[in-house]
Amino acid sequence: MTGQEQALLAARPDFVAIAHWVTPGARVLDLGCGDGSLLRYLWQAREAPGYGVEIDDDSVIACVANDVNVLQVDLESGLSLFADASFDCVILSQTLQAVHHTEGILREMVRVGREAIVSFPNFGHWNARMQVALGRMPVSASLPYEWYETPNVHHCTISDFEDLCRRLDIRIRERLVLHEGKPVTLLPNFLGSLAVYRCTAG
Amino acid sequence: MAHFDAPIKLRSGAELPAYDIAYETYGELNAARSNAVLVCHALNASHHVAGVYANEPGNLGWWDNLVGPGKPLDTRRFFVLGSNYLGSCFGSTGPASVNPASGKPWGADFPVVTVEDWVESQARLADRLGIERFAAVIGGSLGAMQGLQWTLSYPQRVRHSLVIAAAPRLTPQNIAFNEVARQAIMTDPDFHGGHYYEKGVVPTRGLRIARMIGHITYLSGEAMSEKFGRLLRRKSLGFDFDIDFEIESYLRYQGDKFSTYFDANTYLRITKALDYFDPAGDFGGNLASALARARAAFLVVSFKSDWRFPPSCSRELVRALLDNRRIVSYLEIDAPGGHDAFLLEDPRYHAALRAYFANIDL
Repeated sequence: MTGQEQALLAARPDFVAIAHWVTPGARVLDLGCGDGSLLRYLWQAREAPGYGVEIDDDSVIACVANDVNVLQVDLESGLSLFADASFDCVILSQTLQAVHHTEGILREMVRVGREAIVSFPNFGHWNARMQVALGRMPVSASLPYEWYETPNVHHCTISDFEDLCRRLDIRIRERLVLHEGKPVTLLPNFLGSLAVYRCTAG
Repeated sequence: MAHFDAPIKLRSGAELPAYDIAYETYGELNAARSNAVLVCHALNASHHVAGVYANEPGNLGWWDNLVGPGKPLDTRRFFVLGSNYLGSCFGSTGPASVNPASGKPWGADFPVVTVEDWVESQARLADRLGIERFAAVIGGSLGAMQGLQWTLSYPQRVRHSLVIAAAPRLTPQNIAFNEVARQAIMTDPDFHGGHYYEKGVVPTRGLRIARMIGHITYLSGEAMSEKFGRLLRRKSLGFDFDIDFEIESYLRYQGDKFSTYFDANTYLRITKALDYFDPAGDFGGNLASALARARAAFLVVSFKSDWRFPPSCSRELVRALLDNRRIVSYLEIDAPGGHDAFLLEDPRYHAALRAYFANIDL
């Protein structure tokens, strides 16, 4: 692993968890793929070919430069480009909280993918709770934005997400909760700052 | 100029016994012959893609902002070929050429040519130049349709196809615009059923109107507002039918200019080639089935303000490519230039093309 990759994985511990759940050679769709780092990583680690969906111009150009297939369409208008079950795995990594049509995206993910992997910063982490209790919007490593500049619109906790999955008839197959890159098993909704889920249609 | 003596059978069933293809090249073909890029031109352009001629310093190639040393399509790395399509009026055999059977210009007797025919003639040119396989084929609008057709006619001969501001088939609205343009030409009293060369006249009125209609559809409403607004050409409204507004002046100027250099018979044929292009036609309208034989990797680019070939057309193409699990990237650029945006130098657009070409292995 190069120094660059190590730095990437330190910054995005969910990538390791995601890669662990992606079977070698799987067809992957990464929603809100940024500069394509995850797709590049999955290609190197799993030989999993994929496409990214991204709306931001600079990120899309970065994907092209990174030799990652990218489709510049708006996630919010759905995944009409993609046929049912056309991917082995659809990934939404740390993008859920920035999506307006949360339910629509989750439904689309389990339509297009045989599996969906979702990761998000856990708003139920004790640090966030404490900051709110002290009368402030939380700012932390996993929630790095001030309230006035955040792209995030729909924060949720681990419990909130699991409730929504139940309501949408989305089945959670596996869950991994992390803090500072390490798994958290005790009181995950309190001690975990990052949650990663593997889901399928119910 | 390349001359071909072997007859070419056209999609219409007609046959051209012999023909010329005008072309230009830029850069050097490498020893492995792996760095050739074919640039396909659209409606009114030619094989003169980049640079200027020594004796015509004002005649800049139509895609000079993209093609050249150090430019996104870098001619220090790639061997770029621009070829003029059959039926054109810029050097390749067309309606104004002499019909060997009669010794007179072909005129109305020149066959209707199609995108498929152009690709066939370009393939013969590639054979002549020793290019077995193109690193990439690139084009905008009608040029992009040729790039797409290349991946279907010769799947093994194209590694990458860059399909810009294109449509996998024209909408009825598009065909309607083309029909108005053709009617303008064909109802010009100087048209003479297409045999105007021998009468020593040119249907300039029809060509002017055809070009004016075209120009309206190539620009976005936004770009037109920004460029002209409701600016007046004269001090105040004239209450007559001379030019009041700047936009009128612009359209008349464009129409006049076009009618001095473009051939009416060519215009009729090119618009027909656009109308007829529909790879899905032989597959019951199923584009995904039509594209099943493509093997190239694709970069598809559309422009949000393009209402002639809107992004929805490009997305239809992308979807069909995804259905076939082809390698594809798609950019939808929020540039204001309308259909003509593909010719302009939007920094995001050019950055993406530069990055894409840089990643093509030679």
